[in-house]
Amino acid sequence: MNKTVIKGLGLLLGTGLNAGAAMALEGDAQRGQEASATCVACHQADGSGMNVPGGESWPRLAGLDSGYIVKQLHDFQEGRRENASMTLFANMLDDQQIADVAAYYSQMPVTPAQGGEEVDDALLERGEQLANRGDWDAYIVSCKSCHGPGSEGVGSDFPGIASQHAGYITAQLEAWKNDERSNDPQNLMGAIAKRMSDEDIQAVSAWLSRQSVTAE
Amino acid sequence: MKLSKITLAVLGASLAAGLGVTAYAASGQSGGAEQPYQGLTALGYPAPQEGQLVHVPPTMADLEEADIHPELKKVIRRGYELFTDTQQLRGKNVFNDMNCSSCHLGEGRQPFSAPIWPAAITLPGFRGKNQHVNNLEERIAGCFAYSMNGTPPEYGSDDMLALSAYHQWLATGAPMYPDQPIYGRGFPAPPEPELEPDYARGEEVYQAQCTICHQDDGAGHYEDGEYVFPALWGDGSNNWGAGIVRTHTAAGFIKNNMPLGQPNSLSDQQAWDVAYYMVSQERPQDPRYTGDVDETLELFGPTFHRNSRYGEVREHDDHRLADHANTGEKDFLKPWNVGMPRFEELSE
Repeated sequence: MNKTVIKGLGLLLGTGLNAGAAMALEGDAQRGQEASATCVACHQADGSGMNVPGGESWPRLAGLDSGYIVKQLHDFQEGRRENASMTLFANMLDDQQIADVAAYYSQMPVTPAQGGEEVDDALLERGEQLANRGDWDAYIVSCKSCHGPGSEGVGSDFPGIASQHAGYITAQLEAWKNDERSNDPQNLMGAIAKRMSDEDIQAVSAWLSRQSVTAE
Repeated sequence: MKLSKITLAVLGASLAAGLGVTAYAASGQSGGAEQPYQGLTALGYPAPQEGQLVHVPPTMADLEEADIHPELKKVIRRGYELFTDTQQLRGKNVFNDMNCSSCHLGEGRQPFSAPIWPAAITLPGFRGKNQHVNNLEERIAGCFAYSMNGTPPEYGSDDMLALSAYHQWLATGAPMYPDQPIYGRGFPAPPEPELEPDYARGEEVYQAQCTICHQDDGAGHYEDGEYVFPALWGDGSNNWGAGIVRTHTAAGFIKNNMPLGQPNSLSDQQAWDVAYYMVSQERPQDPRYTGDVDETLELFGPTFHRNSRYGEVREHDDHRLADHANTGEKDFLKPWNVGMPRFEELSE
């Protein structure tokens, strides 16, 4: 049985004592498996989620940082992040269950992502540039400068985005761009997303979705 | 796409007369008749002024298309790779957690982030820091000795040549020894703040704005053995001889570049305060250290440390800054280039 200590370091600013206490709860992956019954319809038993062309894509949770998952679920509960279905499901979980499902999904191996299959080479090249080097002429810093090597994530604040579904990444970047998502620390993502064109978003989403993340 | 070098002096009447603009641009795009860097004003930077040299360096994509020898392209590419992943020289030339691009953002091309191409068109030139004429290689060597807390690749070596070539490639089209001030050069310090920079206020700014990446202890963050967020102080950071230990340089870097992606978002006061906090932390010894802080200050105070906190006593804990012999990860103090005599035979 694996246990993961959920660390909410750096995320607690301004979220109040209750959230702080909730985020410090220790998650239990085995209990998380039971609590995840409510998640699998969309996020799948293996945590792979699903790319839904033309609809709302469900993100891969497998291998995401547990602290990141905990924060997102609390943000859904408390209205800092908005999504009709996720608000509903997040509200079905108590603080302990949140810690548990986060521990459960964080331990799963990263699954392959979809949505970047039918794009041309020029778009992929643009996506690779944005992910690894950015476009400083537009003051778009690279994904990896915060999301880390291979954009596979850094700690609880900068989630792994390589091998995430293109439809989900696109939807999130568009949400930031349109002021529909703002639960990132210090507006770090929002500031960048607003400088990205729709094509940039499509390009980087496609490229990231095609990156395989191997287990350490 | 065929590329050609254009001089935007022909840009037309809408351009301020006397604005010297040089750039690498795609041909056939109406002469690139757009004044460069206009997007930067929306980010709080000043627009190019009349009488300034404004240069847009080529990108690595431009390099692929450029009409230069393929062997030269290879060397420039190698220089770019060393510049953006200087950690590949760890333990050989680099003895801390930094890359060149940790401070020179945007691959050395970005205005107000100490773009590196000005070095290629203003050197050889006299440098106050070491009181003699330096060429480009010696200037780069200085970064290795101080900012990378290391020892430079030999003059004329493959790595040094590659780095020089990358600098010069970025300067393509810019005039040698320009007689105009350069737009976006260096890390321009914000105006003097209303209140004297303050450690406690700086710490507050640091905790609120910087720790998410650089951590409470300033050590930054490594992930899978790769640098993500550079170290601001401590053994992983630059030593006491690096330009950025000077408060005004640190304030200039921070104001113009931090938090990443949000330039000019801190107030001038915040930038000075958090810079003061950062330069009040310990780091490896200045390679020019003589074994005695007072003596070192006497020698290098007038040309350098008068703008740093070297040898000052920190208010809150009475710690005397830089009063130690810690050289960080390297097991020597002075690399070969520091204090190397120059032009002695020309002395009066």
